[in-house]
Amino acid sequence: MGTGGAGVNRLGDALRYLNDPFNWTRRDGILDLLVEHLRISALAVLAAMVVAVPVGMLLGHTGRGGGFTVALSNVSRAVPTLALLTVFAVTPIGFGPTATTIALAVFAVPPMLTNTYVGFRGVDRDVVEASRAMGFSERQVATRVELPLAMPLLMTGVRTAAVQVVATATLAALVAGGGLGRIITLGFRQQDYGAVVAGAILVAALAVLTEVALVAVSWALTPGQKRLPFLTARRASPVPEPTAAGVPL
Amino acid sequence: MRSMLNAVDGAVLAADAAPNPWFDLSYVTDNRESILRLLGEHVRLTVGAVVLGALIALPLAVLARRSRWLAGPVLVSSTLIYTIPSLAMFAFVAPVTGLTTTTVLIGLVLYSLVILVRNFLAGLQAVPAEVREAARGMGYGPTRLFWQVDLPLSLPAFMAGIRVATVSTVALVTVGVIVGHGGLGQLITGGFAANFYRAQIVTGALGCVLLALFADLLLSGIERLLTPWARGVRA
Repeated sequence: MGTGGAGVNRLGDALRYLNDPFNWTRRDGILDLLVEHLRISALAVLAAMVVAVPVGMLLGHTGRGGGFTVALSNVSRAVPTLALLTVFAVTPIGFGPTATTIALAVFAVPPMLTNTYVGFRGVDRDVVEASRAMGFSERQVATRVELPLAMPLLMTGVRTAAVQVVATATLAALVAGGGLGRIITLGFRQQDYGAVVAGAILVAALAVLTEVALVAVSWALTPGQKRLPFLTARRASPVPEPTAAGVPL
Repeated sequence: MRSMLNAVDGAVLAADAAPNPWFDLSYVTDNRESILRLLGEHVRLTVGAVVLGALIALPLAVLARRSRWLAGPVLVSSTLIYTIPSLAMFAFVAPVTGLTTTTVLIGLVLYSLVILVRNFLAGLQAVPAEVREAARGMGYGPTRLFWQVDLPLSLPAFMAGIRVATVSTVALVTVGVIVGHGGLGQLITGGFAANFYRAQIVTGALGCVLLALFADLLLSGIERLLTPWARGVRA
């Protein structure tokens, strides 16, 4: 907001909006919208996990369908979220939370699928051979050997998908859906830029908090040597913008 | 009596089931002009965002490679920007620049910038130190070193970044509908507002996907032209 007066005023308006308890607690206020936002997001992530993780495990274990997963994640990048949100709303499903959840779940599948697949393929073949030689059945190889070793990457996929879902759930408001995006669209409609900026602050904060919380959770859950994620991020060399699979488009 | 009732029923049914096809060629031909205008806006915004993003990202990547303590903040802030949802980004910019294409362009430049900086930096860091050392030993100055050694060697990484940035920018332009400049996204929300008119929604959505795929093909063709040495290896 470097351009002086107008920008600073909007920020002041936004803070005043956020400081008013009534804006939080009234019906369809910030708290109601937040709960709706989180419920839709959580349902979408769970639905996507139920589909993507088993399929990714199967494809990764058998080593088939690598081209398919990469193609899927590349094509999904080209499909605008807004388009999918709208298209599901005009099917017989009708517009409402169900259509939003399905559309978000569809977008959450590719990152989980590719990361699960890549994680399974990345397991040392010698370890797999050794466990087979010890008499593990294929199912045991998949669940007791490959799954734990692929866990860090699988968790990365879930985290990427979850952050993406929380962020894109905002767009539902563009097609009359719920969630925190409503504050922004309503603000635009009423020419109330204070509310617009307040909504933007809430949505951005929620996305960043989700990211930080999930990094902390996966750090706590990942077995083995622990390094603080924020320290390694600073030291690490840049990873090229992932197409989830780490395969550039 | 019964047949009359049936006739009435039939009429009501016919009125209820007004045709709402998923795709309608006559819709496209009838509205050719407005579709082309929106397509033009979509293309202009995408090209503008990627070109401006690349122009800002290149010097940033060069600086970040030179000093380690600069690389950290550049990467952390780029991750942060990438986490901010697009609707919020446009909402942050809109109070300053209003309901204009500039608002959309600024938001899009920030996103493409983030993708490009990471790819450019990764490409530059992957240039083998021996090669640079050898070039310096042969008397290359910093400028020549950059144009004749660094740039060609990191070109594949650069182009990969530009392709990812272009495809995701094409998809992101649609969110610009919040300020009334969403390119083909206008068709999507327009159809939604026009009593769920499917032909319009699908035209917009399909247009976005086709545009993204076309841009990706075009860029991969340019990449092949720019890196003739890579072709020989592959063939």
